Amino acid sequence: MNHVDIWIDNTPVSVAADKTIMQAAEQIGIRIPRLCYHPELSIEGACRVCIVEVEGVNKFLASCANKVWAGMRVKTNSPEIRQARRDIVELILDNHPMECQTCERDGNCELQDLAYSQGVRERVFEGKRKRHAIEASSASVIRNAEKCILCRRCVRVCSEVQGIHNLSQLHRGFHTVVAPAFEDAMVDSVCINCGQCINVCPTAAFLEKPHTEAVWAALADPKKFVVAHTAPAIRAALGEGFNLAPGTPCVGKTVTALRRLGFDAVFDTNFGADLTIVEEANEFVHRLEKGENLPLLTSCSPGWIKFMEHFYPEMIPYASSCKSPMSMLSTLLKTYYAEKEGKDPHDIFVVGIMPCVAKKFEAERPELCLSDGTPYTDAVLTTRETIWMIKAYGINFVHLPDGEFDNPLGYSSGAADIFGTTGGVMEAALRTAAEKLTGEPLTDLNFTEVRQAEGLKEATIRIGDLDVNVAVANGLNNAKIILDKVKAGDKQYHIIELMACPGGCIGGGGQPYPPEGYYVLDREINKLRAQALYSIDEMKKVRTSHNNPFIKQLYQDYLGEPGGDKAHHVLHTTYTPREPRGIK
Amino acid sequence: MDAKAHKLDHDIVEFINQCREQEHPDSYLIAVLHKVQNRYGYLDKEHMAEVAQRMQVPTSTVSGVATFYHFFRLQPKGKYHISICLGTACFIKGADKVLDAFRTELGIELGETTADELFSLDSSRCLGVCALAPVVLINEQVFSKVSAKQVPQLLNKVKEQELV
Ligand code: SF4
Ligand code: SF4
Ligand code: SF4
Repeated sequence: MNHVDIWIDNTPVSVAADKTIMQAAEQIGIRIPRLCYHPELSIEGACRVCIVEVEGVNKFLASCANKVWAGMRVKTNSPEIRQARRDIVELILDNHPMECQTCERDGNCELQDLAYSQGVRERVFEGKRKRHAIEASSASVIRNAEKCILCRRCVRVCSEVQGIHNLSQLHRGFHTVVAPAFEDAMVDSVCINCGQCINVCPTAAFLEKPHTEAVWAALADPKKFVVAHTAPAIRAALGEGFNLAPGTPCVGKTVTALRRLGFDAVFDTNFGADLTIVEEANEFVHRLEKGENLPLLTSCSPGWIKFMEHFYPEMIPYASSCKSPMSMLSTLLKTYYAEKEGKDPHDIFVVGIMPCVAKKFEAERPELCLSDGTPYTDAVLTTRETIWMIKAYGINFVHLPDGEFDNPLGYSSGAADIFGTTGGVMEAALRTAAEKLTGEPLTDLNFTEVRQAEGLKEATIRIGDLDVNVAVANGLNNAKIILDKVKAGDKQYHIIELMACPGGCIGGGGQPYPPEGYYVLDREINKLRAQALYSIDEMKKVRTSHNNPFIKQLYQDYLGEPGGDKAHHVLHTTYTPREPRGIK
Repeated sequence: MDAKAHKLDHDIVEFINQCREQEHPDSYLIAVLHKVQNRYGYLDKEHMAEVAQRMQVPTSTVSGVATFYHFFRLQPKGKYHISICLGTACFIKGADKVLDAFRTELGIELGETTADELFSLDSSRCLGVCALAPVVLINEQVFSKVSAKQVPQLLNKVKEQELV
């Protein structure tokens, strides 16, 4: 690429000719203020916060949307620009509630930060303010249009990354609102609850449905035996909430923090992940031997599952019937564990600690309830909610000693840890399936071919005398690509891992808003989080799910054979096509 | 999709199929919505959902387009369709206040229809009878030099007529 020489605030810069002014400024360490801009999404150029002055141009230019040209002289901070930017932010605030102290995003809000950094210190314009009711119909995602500043990041992530197209701008002018088609309730829409709109939203206009009050209440109820179990991706991200560097593993501190909060027992969703692998690998080997229902589609991501039900119902027979690790573990807690401990399952309150907001929806699925309608998972806390509870309690997380999970449902293999990142479920399944198919232990457990998929990755893996065609997709636009290839039938795929969120669970819709220096959907932060998981896997003695001694014991004592009647009854589920049908 | 009451007419389906063969099928969305509105008088939600499915354009996009342009109606017209001229002459003579009066009296906004489906409200551009400003059209009947104060009376007259 050709380079051009330009000046930014009198500093000469040589910059690739296809860069924008904003990117050029970043090259010399100047971060031009911005709002609607997002590095992973298309350029909107709507908010005009990122304007700069360019010599010889008689209007301010949006630096996100304008490329550099040779000899360009840019001013990022002239008095006129500073004034104009402040005016723009003041106008946005004019149509925004003044509720920071009572807002979920207080202290963690891009609009708040922007107003502060631009020197907005008073409310200058007081005009008519838009009024919208809070829309809380969804089990996972709450929409509060009154706090929406119309940056359209959510619209873009929902269509460009997830391919759902659930949101759009409706009406015009003062009445403009971001909502699903026909302003339908989220619960009646094609929303798959991934929560990426929550992550990219600069304000509190999208939030997860909070479960914190229900959890505090259960913890305070002496009749309830309250248990938590923590998903693989939690251990790679929880520390970020306490200023630990991204990628700092913190399993032990998390366990201790949960005990201090008052949980009666702390288990590991990883145990459910090991179980999922044993069941899924069994299902896979079975289908492979019979040549039936291939490719097998993994089923642990609830966003992906709802996507399949709306957009690809014809693929339902291919999906693994395995419940997700969360639901497997929660089911065991209210069946096996309750029986063993002599407890009434109704007295056990199960809390899933998840990087995901779609898990809140999964927990409410009628298929995942006891026959009297009591859910196996009573509440789901996102990583964000969990961080907040720990802080609210006053627990000094960073200085906590390491704790150990309770057993038997707290011991896991390294294969379970990597579930939290894209390619991890595939690798875990391959480790077990390969040993099952060949009858021999693997010499190398690392299937690096399926790691670090930037969206979509395909590989052919030699197992014994079989060539197994695998694919890994994260982000549902990539799921569409691979599923359409499957439907076109050009190539026989054998197993496909699908995750709704970019990067897998570590990039889930319930993960912490990124610390300074990172952004939402940032591949760098996901890499660090993934590394944390791979490092935990490397350190474990047992790295294959079927060799987890507690899993073996559980089959002996309770479940029988993998895929057997009892195991099927406890650990498997069903899916149904959903309306409205998605548009591919 | 509701297969019964809201199926699009055959010729509209044909038109959509033709559009889908064109180079940029999505760009025909507005043309399709016009056809639907001309046929049924407004854009019904079920019809829009069917358009979305048949064109394979996201439903949220269809909904966005339909609510963006003023010429699309999202509710059926009332038995009495009230159209207030907001052309320059009418506006200067207080058409905005007349409009406000209708809005408060009927409790509906422009483009909407009352729950009893008796009245619907719309605005129009200049009707070319500026000497009579402000002008209000109720179905085919022209009312001239209407003031905000007269609005309740006017509506009552229509309602009385309705009773006999
Ligand atoms: S969204 Fe941000 S600016 Fe708006 S009330 Fe909440 S904290 Fe304040
Ligand atoms: S949760 Fe996901 S699918 Fe639902 S509106 Fe948000 S981004 Fe779209
Ligand atoms: S809901 Fe949030 S992300 Fe979406 S347009 Fe509004 S402010 Fe932007």
